[in-house]
Amino acid sequence: MLQIIKSFTLYELFKGLILTFKYIFKSKVTINYPHEKGPLSPRFRGEHALRRYPNGEERCIACKLCEAVCPAQAITIEAEPRTDGSRRTTRYDIDMSKCIYCGLCEESCPVDAIVEGPNYEFATETREELMYNKEKLLSNGDMWEQEIAQNLQLDSKYR
Amino acid sequence: MLNQYFFDSFLIPGLIIIAQILAVVVPVLICVAFLVYSERKVLALIQLRRGPNIVGPFGLLQSFADALKLLTKENIIPSGSNKFVFLLAPIITMVLSLAGWAVIPFAPGLVVSDINVGIMYLFAVSSLGVYGVIMAGWASNSKYPFLGALRSAAQMVSYEVSIGFVIITVLLCVGSLNLTKIVEAQQTVWFAIPLLPMFVIFFISALAETNRLPFDLPEDESTLVAGFFTEYSSSSFVLFFLAEYASMILMSSMTVILFMGGWLPPFDIYPLNVVPGIVWFTLKVIFILFLFIWVRATFPRYRYDQLMRLGWKVFLPFSLLWVVVTSGFLVIFDKLPS
Amino acid sequence: MILYSISFYLFSTIAVFSALMVISAKNPVHSVLFLILSFVNASGLFVLLGAEFLAMILVVVYVGAVAVLFLFVVMMLDINFIKLREGFLQYLPFGALLGLVLIIELGMLFYTETYSEVRLVEFSNKPLIAEIENTKMIGEILYTDYFYLFQISGIILLVAMIGSITLTLRDRGKVKRQDINSQNNLDSKNAIEKKKVKLGEGI
Repeated sequence: MLQIIKSFTLYELFKGLILTFKYIFKSKVTINYPHEKGPLSPRFRGEHALRRYPNGEERCIACKLCEAVCPAQAITIEAEPRTDGSRRTTRYDIDMSKCIYCGLCEESCPVDAIVEGPNYEFATETREELMYNKEKLLSNGDMWEQEIAQNLQLDSKYR
Repeated sequence: MLNQYFFDSFLIPGLIIIAQILAVVVPVLICVAFLVYSERKVLALIQLRRGPNIVGPFGLLQSFADALKLLTKENIIPSGSNKFVFLLAPIITMVLSLAGWAVIPFAPGLVVSDINVGIMYLFAVSSLGVYGVIMAGWASNSKYPFLGALRSAAQMVSYEVSIGFVIITVLLCVGSLNLTKIVEAQQTVWFAIPLLPMFVIFFISALAETNRLPFDLPEDESTLVAGFFTEYSSSSFVLFFLAEYASMILMSSMTVILFMGGWLPPFDIYPLNVVPGIVWFTLKVIFILFLFIWVRATFPRYRYDQLMRLGWKVFLPFSLLWVVVTSGFLVIFDKLPS
Repeated sequence: MILYSISFYLFSTIAVFSALMVISAKNPVHSVLFLILSFVNASGLFVLLGAEFLAMILVVVYVGAVAVLFLFVVMMLDINFIKLREGFLQYLPFGALLGLVLIIELGMLFYTETYSEVRLVEFSNKPLIAEIENTKMIGEILYTDYFYLFQISGIILLVAMIGSITLTLRDRGKVKRQDINSQNNLDSKNAIEKKKVKLGEGI
């Protein structure tokens, strides 16, 4: 009997409607994305960057561990000794269209040279722009050094 | 001589007619744009999102930006399609959804054409709406649109039957098919109160008639891609889109006229009856449109066999019963309108 | 009143043209669409005659319901209409004769005033706007003078409907049907049944 009354008065439908009506006045959970951004973990794996020492010397010593560990084989490194005798890369390319952002390169790096920074807004209009070379990666490093250093600092406890 | 005759009997009446049509159609189309915006906004509010807020203040101009984007795109006509019917279908849908506005009285005397069979005209126009959908589905020569067209044909014909009975119940209480008289008959009480079950049935059938959620099976995204307008792009798509929302507003106005007293204020007392009728009319239409969107945000889509069951096995017998009950009541208590 | 004549000629030309296209269009779906066009124009002619109720009924019933089902069937069935039309020339003389007879009959209606007591067709050059709505006029005639005929035609339609339902209804035996009442009556208490299952035996 109760069931019949309920179905003829559309009790359950109205219950649902009232529930959704209440939600109109609740505060919104989405953020206004391009203007506001959500918090990121220090471990966030975004766009790659090559870092430098504070004196401006690039960190990468061309050990090619990252190239070896990369599961997507997105990294290509060529190296030869520089005139001052130190071992440095002549070519350091990352194919960002191959990269799966697993972070293994970052983990394998003995000198914290290749890192995945907090930047995730690097969409491009052409595929070619996603073939990063050494200059691009180094300039990324220069641009994001502060954030990257801070993240590494925060994460160092757990390493 | 001839010039004077031509001027008096063609040009001026013609211009007046065109001006009247524009005076209705242009506001309707602008309302459609804001309806689309407010639908997105209300849905966003209910789903705890923000909705459009970039184009213009509070995103108010979003629909215009969308329309501009769609109109500048290329109109793709599938090679296997029946070209003429394919292009005709959206035009028919659009024209029909605007044609109904000719008889809607917005306020006392404020109507393009106050014909005797106004409600029948509205009913006829809304029943023609199914052709645009069927033609689109057939002419696309593709599976999903065809399935969408078949679904919509069956759905719209089924729900028209119960809408017809609901209209008959109202007509029994009014004694005229003229929309102005229908509104005037609600001076004492809105029909939504004595005929509450019919009001609910009419509203639900209107949802089905305009292919709105939870009855939007002809354009069911999760099973039919986009249903009957899967193959449409650019301006043809815009026409379908505008037509859907224009017929939504038309159906809401029909609900308001039949059940909520059209332009009449809720109570005929001092501060309320000073407000012009068109304001009340608009407010009521907005309320019904809000209900449309609210229902969309709340209920899941019906399965097709359930939809048919609801139409034929629940609404049809119930509205038929109510026609008998209402007419019996009117005869017994001698309240039949002369 | 020129506007009236213009619309009359517009409606009637389109109606006649689309009627011709119904029988001459190659694609059956086009035929049905032309049929619909011709219905709509006929209802336009009704409006011009001042019979707006009939016009609307024509649109609602024929265009809104019957023709939709026509279109439905024609779209779904794969009928070879070219083959059906092969005997066209063979039947042409007979068809022409029928048409001629019909035209003569109509002409007699129009030109002899004594053909029937009431003049069936009133010539007018403007839409008739009666004081009484023609919905009311039709009702007054239909439910008084022609009451029995009206009821009988209703019963015939009912019989046809029931007949077609009984012809097509068949019990297909093992079909799972949804019982909505039992679904609605189900609550959490009797929806789940707890059973103790012994090891190695199952239920």
